Amino acid sequence: MACLIIAESSIFTIFVVAYLFYIGKSLTGPTPSEVLEVPIFFTICLLSSSITVHFAGRFLERNNRSMFLVLWSLTIVLGGLFLFGTGREWHRLIYDHGLTISTNLFGTTYYSLVGLHAFHVTAGLIMLSVVLIFGLAGRIDAEQSRRIDVLSLYWHFVDAVWIVVFTVVYIVGR
Amino acid sequence: MASDAISIPAPQVREKPWVDLLHEWVTTVDHKRLGILYIVYALVFLLLGGVEALIIRIQLMHSHNDFVSPQVFNRMFTMHGTTMIFFVVMPVLFGFANYLVPLMIGARDMAFPRLNAFSFWLSAFGGLLLYFSFVGGSGLYGAGNAPDIGWWAYAPLTARAFSPGHSSDYWTLALLVSGFGSIGTAINIIATILCLRCPGMKLNRMPLQVWLYLVMGSMVLIAITPLSAAQIMLLIDRYLGGHFFDAQAGGSAVLWMHFFWIFGHPEVYVLVIPAFGFLSEIIPVFSRKPIFGYPVMVAASIAIGFVSLSVWAHHMFTVGMNSYANSFFAITTMAVGVPTGIKIFNWIGTMWGGRIHFKVPMLFCIGFLFQFLIAGLTGIIQAAAPVDWQLSLSYFVVAHFHYVIVGGILFALFGAFYYWYPKITGRMLSETLGKWHFWLFLIGFHLTFDVMHIPGLLGMPRRIYTYEPDRGWDTLNLIISIGAFIQAIAILVFVWNLISSYFNGAKAGNDPWDAWTLEWSTSSPPPAYNFATVPVVASRRPLWDLKHPEDPDSQYE
Amino acid sequence: MSKEVKNSIVRIATLSAVFFFCYIATAAAAETSATGTNIFAPQSTPARSILHLSLFVLSITGLIFVVVVTLIIVSISKFRATSANAHSEPAQVYGSTQIELAWTIIPVLIVIVLFLATARVIHAIQDAPEPPGAVEVTVIGHQYWWEFRYPKLGIVTANELHIPVSDPTHPTPTFLRLLSADTDHSFWVPELAGKTDLIPNHPNRMWMDPQRTGVFLGQCAQYCGTQHGKMLLRVSVDSQQDFAAWVRSQQQPAVQDASAAAGRQIFEHTACINCHTVSGTAADGRFGPDLTHLMSRATIAAGAAENTPQNLRLWIEDPNAIKPGSLMPAMKLSDANLDEVVKYMETLH
Repeated sequence: MACLIIAESSIFTIFVVAYLFYIGKSLTGPTPSEVLEVPIFFTICLLSSSITVHFAGRFLERNNRSMFLVLWSLTIVLGGLFLFGTGREWHRLIYDHGLTISTNLFGTTYYSLVGLHAFHVTAGLIMLSVVLIFGLAGRIDAEQSRRIDVLSLYWHFVDAVWIVVFTVVYIVGR
Repeated sequence: MASDAISIPAPQVREKPWVDLLHEWVTTVDHKRLGILYIVYALVFLLLGGVEALIIRIQLMHSHNDFVSPQVFNRMFTMHGTTMIFFVVMPVLFGFANYLVPLMIGARDMAFPRLNAFSFWLSAFGGLLLYFSFVGGSGLYGAGNAPDIGWWAYAPLTARAFSPGHSSDYWTLALLVSGFGSIGTAINIIATILCLRCPGMKLNRMPLQVWLYLVMGSMVLIAITPLSAAQIMLLIDRYLGGHFFDAQAGGSAVLWMHFFWIFGHPEVYVLVIPAFGFLSEIIPVFSRKPIFGYPVMVAASIAIGFVSLSVWAHHMFTVGMNSYANSFFAITTMAVGVPTGIKIFNWIGTMWGGRIHFKVPMLFCIGFLFQFLIAGLTGIIQAAAPVDWQLSLSYFVVAHFHYVIVGGILFALFGAFYYWYPKITGRMLSETLGKWHFWLFLIGFHLTFDVMHIPGLLGMPRRIYTYEPDRGWDTLNLIISIGAFIQAIAILVFVWNLISSYFNGAKAGNDPWDAWTLEWSTSSPPPAYNFATVPVVASRRPLWDLKHPEDPDSQYE
Repeated sequence: MSKEVKNSIVRIATLSAVFFFCYIATAAAAETSATGTNIFAPQSTPARSILHLSLFVLSITGLIFVVVVTLIIVSISKFRATSANAHSEPAQVYGSTQIELAWTIIPVLIVIVLFLATARVIHAIQDAPEPPGAVEVTVIGHQYWWEFRYPKLGIVTANELHIPVSDPTHPTPTFLRLLSADTDHSFWVPELAGKTDLIPNHPNRMWMDPQRTGVFLGQCAQYCGTQHGKMLLRVSVDSQQDFAAWVRSQQQPAVQDASAAAGRQIFEHTACINCHTVSGTAADGRFGPDLTHLMSRATIAAGAAENTPQNLRLWIEDPNAIKPGSLMPAMKLSDANLDEVVKYMETLH
């Protein structure tokens, strides 16, 4: 998993570099400062899901399965909220501001980078849900704790990437 | 022989219907079988890529030749480059990694056998996808065409406006798919090396081959992914109307160049580093001495890995970077020469004072030493950025990198074939045919690639489908083409040797070369579980310790 | 001495001979060819300083080559297994810190020397200031031809660049601004300067100060599409007087020759004018080369054919016959109309 994360990081790095390279190089509007709003609430959702997934793992280690399931579900809800936030923002950008992936360079790089991240969140949510289903079926106990840790490592990675994406898109890019 | 201490039951052979056999091979997750699949797959593509090279050489035999149209010529060099890099050298190296790494570290399989099979089939599918473009490149109208964008596919030539149809998409998707396969295999190699070593096999006791595969795997993770990312961007541009590389909307062609070469240059080292590994195994055995300066060899490999990540823009001296960037990439490029030089000196140091047996694997390794030396030195010449302003994009560069890939990597690979074929099949390759193969290939190689430097110096750019008679490049190109055909004959000798020795070769026994690493302690071919009992090692040369209990390596560590 | 050792020595001797031959051949070519594309025959400052640097680098690398090859030869000839000792093992040596340190430090020193020499030349060529008397040319790469615009002189031409010779005491170098209209190209005239790419959205510059008159050949060096191979380039270095005369003639509008009025009529009523310019007429397209002074050029189709009436006719009738894959369409004119158009072209001096 560590190797996968290294590989994934370098994919993200390339997209981030492309985003930074093209900041302010769009030939037509809309520009980031006109249309982007900082999604503080959804960022908090995603980041706190990192905390819940961590403690879910700790509870599982101590074989406290009900607390594990509660926190695990909470993680999924928080991740889902974040995804909903991204979707709402895209909806607003496309229908209110007419910004699509082919509008200008900002559109191209913005949708690619945020989309790549949202894709990883989605993949993470699917994996989390599979675990949840197994958990509800009573198949998960302390023995699986190592494997669950690997999954939560991935989830931490997705969150950490969001911090970078957030910084680049909503702070530097504006 | 001391290796008899590990007793191995003879593999049970019985006839099976071919459907069962095929089913077994297709669904296998055994690292040895996947290794063989990788290698056979690569050999098929080697022949395809070779035919493309011959078409190129026939066309360039004399000026204003019209053996093929410019369109076909452009497709040929695109396919030749893409095939040789992604579907010959990469898979064959992964094949040897699959086969050798678990055996060398005393493991029973790779860490993730199913991921291993998945990766192989991804790569295989990528190759088929690329060649399917010959049929479906124009979108299944019946008239196919292969991509003609050059293997580095510079933007904006890949934009829809300049590359209509689907041939470029086949190229993109093929590399994307096989790239994911490569990443999977790299993860597998690293995890295997870090987690599955047998008792006593500390990191500093691993065979150098394994060390070099560890470095290679790490570089694949960092190097292939930028290519995948750039390919995704290209697809976004072509299908979703993005503007990453679209100059009309402010996009940048130079960005593609950076992304491509951030992959492209480390890729060269991804390919050559396992070749270093082959040399580091073969030269000691045939010199009857341990590798000279093992810790330095490891350190140099890691240094090459790191430095090679910061040299990519030496492919871009002509794109108009500022003088500081040019100077930076000039010095990093020259700096790679230092650890590489150390390696060459250490190989010579290994031979020095040894007792050299000139078997075919060793001949190929000595060929490697000469040719890789020259390749490195012409590399230093081009690292001087102003000199590269003349030589870049000319036939000098073509000669230079073929010196690396053919004179270096391919020679090492041939050495590896002759060295490990007995282990893989249980039969020796014919020494006589092997010597024919070696000398023919050597002569053909030097005829082609020594001479190829000169048209570059005389101003002949690469990738031109024909040239003017008044430039004085005719004779040189004719010699180059003749050399190419001699190499082709040598390859046929090699293929014939592979096939005929499989049926008629002398029985190899467990340890035909009197070697020292763990793979030679098990039977040839090894059983599915590799080792009946998990071996325990106490030094870098476990079999030396077994064969020379009076003077084992372990007492010097 | 055994067979194999002899063989290896023969091989090394051959190899060295080949390299020596390369050097002699190129040096000899430098002496003889008047207007070749030989990087060993520089006629301009950038090309000359590059040559000096390459000779310096070549001699250092040559020295390394000799040393290492000697080591390899000695080790394979001296330490081969004989029938007497093949069955025993030699002394097992694991390494030597001193020796390894030596062959680490010496290469590091060599690299530093090479780098300093390189950096000097990079700076001298790339950061050279543009003197006030310099000629400025904007070079625009198109798929398979070159457009040259002289913004200060008001000249537009194609495929054959005219620049003045530069006297070392009163240098009149030419500075090129490199642009591209479509894909990547690379401007390479080996005897005048190293190559520089023409990339869309990424203006580059290069310069040259040829010290000898004559025609210098080159061609596009960066793969740009189907006809990359025939995107040839000629640089005519003129004496100051010839250059001034050429500038004056190029600044004239197109000759209006009444005898070719019929051809002009056809030209102006077909699609020709969408892509080509003839100054002072309705033709003002910029997709193809400017034809105002077509007859002042020695070649057509970016150097692919000599500028003769027969070639011109063939080119207009079916460009693919000369350059398969070129972007100029076959005009499908009748034979009579073709003759008229060619006649008109022949008047554009």
